[in-house]
Parts: sequence; structure tokens; C-alpha cells
Amino acid sequence: MITKTVNNVTEALDGVEDGMTFMLGGFGLCGIPENSISELSKRNIKYITCISNNAGVDDFGLGLLLKKNQIKKMISSYVGENAEFERQMLSGELEVDLIPQGTLAERCRAAQNGIPAFFTPAGYGTEVAEGKEERDFDGKPHILEEAFKADFAFVKAWKGDKAGNLIFKGTARNFNAVMSGAAKITVAEVEELVEPGELDPNFIHIPGVFVQRIYQGDNYEKRIEQRTVRES
Amino acid sequence: MLDKKGIAQRIAKEVKDGYYVNLGIGIPTLVANFVRDDIEVEFQSENGILGMGPFPTEDEVDADLINAGKQTITARPGASFFDSAMSFGMIRGQHVDLTILGAMEVAQDGNIANWKIPGKMVKGMGGAMDLVGSAQNIIVAMMHTNKAGKSKLLKSCTLPLTGVKCVTKIVTNLAVLDIVDGKFKLLERAPGVSVEEIKKATEGDLIVEGDIPEMVL
Repeated sequence: MITKTVNNVTEALDGVEDGMTFMLGGFGLCGIPENSISELSKRNIKYITCISNNAGVDDFGLGLLLKKNQIKKMISSYVGENAEFERQMLSGELEVDLIPQGTLAERCRAAQNGIPAFFTPAGYGTEVAEGKEERDFDGKPHILEEAFKADFAFVKAWKGDKAGNLIFKGTARNFNAVMSGAAKITVAEVEELVEPGELDPNFIHIPGVFVQRIYQGDNYEKRIEQRTVRES
Repeated sequence: MLDKKGIAQRIAKEVKDGYYVNLGIGIPTLVANFVRDDIEVEFQSENGILGMGPFPTEDEVDADLINAGKQTITARPGASFFDSAMSFGMIRGQHVDLTILGAMEVAQDGNIANWKIPGKMVKGMGGAMDLVGSAQNIIVAMMHTNKAGKSKLLKSCTLPLTGVKCVTKIVTNLAVLDIVDGKFKLLERAPGVSVEEIKKATEGDLIVEGDIPEMVL
């Protein structure tokens, strides 16, 4: 068996430098790589380009890095929950590339799967299409979108084994699955790291070949943005 | 005149047996509450669930189970989870039958704007561009006029577009309208609302043919 385990988050982030491009999994705060983000904050890595669907909230997730001005550019689809983000964007301190969510996901998947580019109808006729090649298929216009290129992908899974196999839980799978293997180095943090053989191969979501480093995270907060309940 | 719940209630009548439906944030989310319970409908949320159930009880709350509005939810029996690429594969591949979303502006050519007010508000498009770029069946749920009292049904959109020539039906607090041959066609009036009031609140070209019935909720 090829082992992907590293001892801790410090080893997991070995080689991370200023100015790199990172992919970060999660949707809102659901399934974000909490431990890797904390470590990026602690190391004060700067001038980062982040590919992430959202930008966290003011005091959690990528909001922690925004607050310390560590992020140079965000590539996201929706950033509505973060006041500091909006301030930095409108003042021009932060470069922002807003792209459709499905295109964001597919550009990750393309990078993961060795597809350099693809055509999609999303964004045709809008400012998203500016400067992009357009082509009709079956009479319908599409625009050309390219695969992302990133140095590290930081993903979070529910369970993983030492071979790097990953299983996600609920809607925390989101971008974590499509970012695995989409960067030069994929770092997976898991809530529960188990021995090879303990996970049923029939139920693996991401095979270990897509993961270079895996570690067990700790102190997961798993914050909820909109706690909405009904009467029992 | 309808309130937001009323708009959702009217739209729920467009949801047919066997439909997979994607609901946007805001008024569209309320539609789920009014779908008849004698039909089978599954709700998709683009962050990665098909078969979304009601909000959880206090005991059922799970941080790993949310909808696209980041609200905690539950999964119905028969539900499935998937990644974001597959989720938009369902949408782009037209496997989802109906998309209901909100808008800031809709134009009579079917264009829609709902993601950006230059210099003021930039939250991002989320999944809206993918949804309107591919869905065959799109209903817009919105108020007929904005907070300043100006019409949101226009000859052409003034805000940055989300999609072109894609909207087919609009349900507002005043009316139900289809987009037909580059114009708004009035189909129904909200309870107590006159055709004149609808004309006054609609900047775009409005087709009014014969008697316009009042909505049945």
C-alpha cells in the first residue's frame, strides 16, 4: 500500500509559500478545511489566490485570512455573507473573479480529469463571457472555459484511510470531491483517519490516487450559518 | 395583491407530478410549503442534494446537511448526495424539470438580471447563470416593482445580465405573465388587482387579450 499520511497539519502544509494559488473545498462553512485554513492563518502566508465557492464569514473560514489581508485574489461564485470581503472588493484592495458556480465546479473537475477546457452555456451574453471564445452547438451559444491551475488543494472529508481514500458526509461533499486531485498537491484533512481495509471500497467517494497528503484534523467547529429548525 | 407567501402559493400550482425542481433563495424557497401533497416532487439544492426535506427539529440539526441558502435541512427517504460538478451536471444536462428563482429585473425578451448592482452590491451569481443558461422551464418569482416603486418588468434590463432570452414565466405580487414573442403577456391578475394597475406597474410592452381572470390560489 502507498501511504499518504502525514503526522500533523504542519507537515501537511510543507511547501506552501507566498503568492501561491490554492483551492479550498466547502460550500458556505459546510465542509471547509478548518485545520488547513487555521494553519495558513498562523503561518501568515500572503498574496494568495484562493479558488473557493465562498469567502467564509467575517470571523471564520476564509474570513480569517481576509481579515489579515493574506488574500490577493478570490475566485468564487457567491460572496454575500462576508462584510469585510465586500469592503475589500469595493475598495479595490482585493481582486475578485466571480464566476458561475457550475463553471467553478467544472473548471475544478476539468483540472482533476486532465481536460484543458470545455464549452458551457452558463454566462453566455453576460459579462462573464467577455473575452472568451464563443461557439454554437445545436444552435445554442456556448463559451469556452479553461481548467484551473493550482498549487495546493485543501479539502476536508468525513472519513479517510492511510491510503488517501476519502468518504464525505451529506452536503459537505460539494467542492471537496471535485478539488481532490485538481491541484499539484492535494491535502486532505479528515474527521476520522482509519487503517486501510476499514473503509468499504464500494463506498469510497475519492480514490487515494487523487490525494498526496492526509491527516486527521482536530477541534472541528463545523459552524452553521443559518440554523433553521421546525417545531418537533 | 399578493404577499411573498402568496406568490409562492401561486407558483406551487406550476409544479407537476414527477418534477425535479430547483428552488432559488428567497420567495422560491417558500414554494415547497405549498406543493400539493398528492403528487410526487423532489427538490434539488445545487450544493449537492436531491430529495431535500423540511427543516430539521432541534435534535436533527446537522452541520453537514444544508441547502444552497446555507440553512439546515433534512434529507427525505430516497434522497441522494453528490458533488458540485455532478449537481450542475444535473442542471446543465436538463435533468431538472423546473427552476424557480428571484430577479431584480426581467426584460420582455426574456433576459434576466439578478446578481449585481455596479458599485453597490456585488454578492455574486452563485448558480443562477448555470441555471438560467440551461433550464428549459424557468419561472421568476418577484415583486412587480422595486422598493422605489419602479417597474421590474422592463423593455430591456439595465443591470448586468444573468442570462439572455431564458425566462418564460413570471409570477409577481400583481400578476402571472408569460413571455411571448418578445412581450409580456398578461395571464392572470392577483386578487383585487385591476388590469390598469398592472399596466401602470409594467414598463415593458404588455399584451392584454380579452378578460383577464383573477388568480385561483
